[in-house]
Amino acid sequence: MEQLSDEKISQAEKDEAAYFAERAKAGAAAASSVPVASGDHTLFDVQEMELNFGPQHPSTHGVLRLVLKVDGERILEAKPDVGYLHRGTEKLFETETYPMGIPHTDRMDYVAAATNNHAFCLAVEKLLGVEIPRRAQLIRVLLDELQRLSSHLVWLGTSGIDLGAVTPFWYAFREREQILDFFEEYCGARLTLNCMRIGGLPFDLTPGWTERVAEFVADLPSRIDDYEQLLTDNRIWKKRTVGVGVISAEECVEWGLTGPILRGSGLEWDLRRARPYECYDELNFVVPTRQNGDTYDRYIVRVQEMRQSARIIRQCLEKLEPGEIRGKVPRVIKPPAEEVYASIESPKGELGFYCVSNGTNKPYRMHVRPPSFINLQALPRLAKGHLVSDLVALIGTIDIVLGEVDR
Amino acid sequence: MRDAGYAMSAEVWTYVKVVLLVATVPAIVGFVIVLAERRIMGFMQARLGPNRVGPEGVLQGLADLLKLVTKEDITPARAEKAVHFLAPVLAVIPALTALAVIPFGPPVRIGKTMVPLWVADINIGLLFLLAITSIGVYGIILGGWSSNNKYSLLGGLRSAAQLVSYEVPMGLSLVSVLLMTRSLSLVEIVRRQEATGLWFVFPGLVAFFIYFVSGVAETNRNPFDLPEAESELVSGFNTEYSGVKFAFFFLGEYTAMIIISCVAVTVFFGGWLAPFPSVPALRFLGVVPGAIWFLAKVGVFIFGYIWFRSTFPRYRFDQLMALGWKWLIPLALANIVAVALAVLLFPGRTTGLVWLSWILGGFFVAMFALSKLRQALARRERLAAEPHPVEG
Repeated sequence: MEQLSDEKISQAEKDEAAYFAERAKAGAAAASSVPVASGDHTLFDVQEMELNFGPQHPSTHGVLRLVLKVDGERILEAKPDVGYLHRGTEKLFETETYPMGIPHTDRMDYVAAATNNHAFCLAVEKLLGVEIPRRAQLIRVLLDELQRLSSHLVWLGTSGIDLGAVTPFWYAFREREQILDFFEEYCGARLTLNCMRIGGLPFDLTPGWTERVAEFVADLPSRIDDYEQLLTDNRIWKKRTVGVGVISAEECVEWGLTGPILRGSGLEWDLRRARPYECYDELNFVVPTRQNGDTYDRYIVRVQEMRQSARIIRQCLEKLEPGEIRGKVPRVIKPPAEEVYASIESPKGELGFYCVSNGTNKPYRMHVRPPSFINLQALPRLAKGHLVSDLVALIGTIDIVLGEVDR
Repeated sequence: MRDAGYAMSAEVWTYVKVVLLVATVPAIVGFVIVLAERRIMGFMQARLGPNRVGPEGVLQGLADLLKLVTKEDITPARAEKAVHFLAPVLAVIPALTALAVIPFGPPVRIGKTMVPLWVADINIGLLFLLAITSIGVYGIILGGWSSNNKYSLLGGLRSAAQLVSYEVPMGLSLVSVLLMTRSLSLVEIVRRQEATGLWFVFPGLVAFFIYFVSGVAETNRNPFDLPEAESELVSGFNTEYSGVKFAFFFLGEYTAMIIISCVAVTVFFGGWLAPFPSVPALRFLGVVPGAIWFLAKVGVFIFGYIWFRSTFPRYRFDQLMALGWKWLIPLALANIVAVALAVLLFPGRTTGLVWLSWILGGFFVAMFALSKLRQALARRERLAAEPHPVEG
């Protein structure tokens, strides 16, 4: 390799300075006058355009910013710029006691707070080595699956709107409203639930709750049929999604993608089945997979998952028996100085907490493995060569929540 | 003396009609169509829609108008100001002008004069319509370009390609109707349908579908609303428009919708004629005035527009162009040949058209049944491939 001499470096610096001076001059000239067709560019000169996509774009599902290089509408390069919603959640965990960390997790993936709570509690419980009573386990699974349904409903509605299908959104949100009502009845909150505690649950179920949920779940498959009627066999929907953003299972593994994206590419990997937590090993359900790994297959996988969630909820309701809802947890939580990793299958993929304890009542370090953030990494790879319209479909299909991406 | 009096009164009536059209159409757009659209979409989407302003929300249009008029009119600093101002005007004026040749009903007697319910019956009416509505396209292209916003520019580019391409199949589909009528006058087209006793939608079934699909694309409505594409281009060409200028674009779009529906009704659905004018058993339908029939038919089309909007996802740009160039244009050309043959081979013209109606109707029913069957088979295959139990 050629060694760079000092002269060469200083020459390069000069060149660079001259280049930037010229750029600045050109920029000032452009700013002072109304841009008319300049002499350098003839009609047939192909120019790349830099397009700033977000952070205030309606289809980036929050404050994601993408810097696009486009040729006409074709995307040459997409660079995600994240961090607009960064609140330092991981650092906040270190400053507060273990139970005080749970509300912070609500604000990560804010359309699926219950699963966040669950993953956090699971990590701390693993440190403590507490046994969770069976009723609490079942109710946790119930809440998780209701949350998965509501998260998938939000995804279905918003990604439909992104592709111009407005009506499924209202249907999906009608059902989501009912789920939020169930949450409200259970813990008083609708979005930031704070519905789990280390060692169990804060409350027992209210009377009549299980009947209402059972009724809702019995009705759900016909509601899902309604959404499918509008989208699944719709010619335009298929044109917009089949073959868009194809990714193979091997690539998914290389990128660390999890959740419906991985399963849409054909790998049957679901932590509920692969590393069962709570009582998932006793429950009877199928992990839906599809082979093509495109946007359409990911759509089908998620819709199938909603049907399976309904099935899991039905089984949990049947198994529910009276009992304790909190395990034997000390009043002041001071786990032994250890390191653990606990993860669950959140609606978006593998959500994990890596917790380092130093024996005090506050975690020494709490690291989050957020599925949205890691899945988002694949966006530049997926978007390359597609049109701007497809980019919208791709952001939808990755199913990101910026609260979780930025934390 | 009598002639001069007649000429004068005709002229007066023309002015009256122009004023009436220009005054009522925006009002109809603002009050009736927009409210109908929002309420119907609300109904389809399991929600209520606007129902707060006035009883059942009927004054919503007034509230919207007030909001738009009192809003600040913003022109971006680096915009091409003159063009930015001109674009919304270009979107509205041609649309309103095109209304001049639409026959809303048969002539009615007012006092001693027969007043025709159209402003002008010019012998090149259809050509005039195509020409004048294509000017409206410039409003969108220039609006997108002059805003000096990249999203608007993309919207303008999309509309330039889309609207210009879809004018070709639209024009071609109307050519086949011309072969049947041998006249470009819209009034004459309706009269001809009255004489034949056959709405041209039957022999012109293919032409009608091409016309209506292109019409939806021309008016930037779902599923062809790419130049706006709220979720992709953040409203596209009208991103940088606010207040009255935005209202003008809005008015232009909805008036264009009315025009497309009016032309479809006039050319293919017998204009002001009652349904099936040749069937004696349905003669009693003639009791209802022609203008009412016309408006009712236009209403059905507007409802169709709304229905599309709440049902379909949006096409992608390249797919839209492929649909236009690879399907609609060849189909329209083939249709012209078919209609020309029917007109040529049967000298009586009407018999040929009746035969064509039967053939096309049968073909359509067969295609419809086939596509439904294919859809059902695909669905079964898909469900069979995924034996995911949902019970238990």
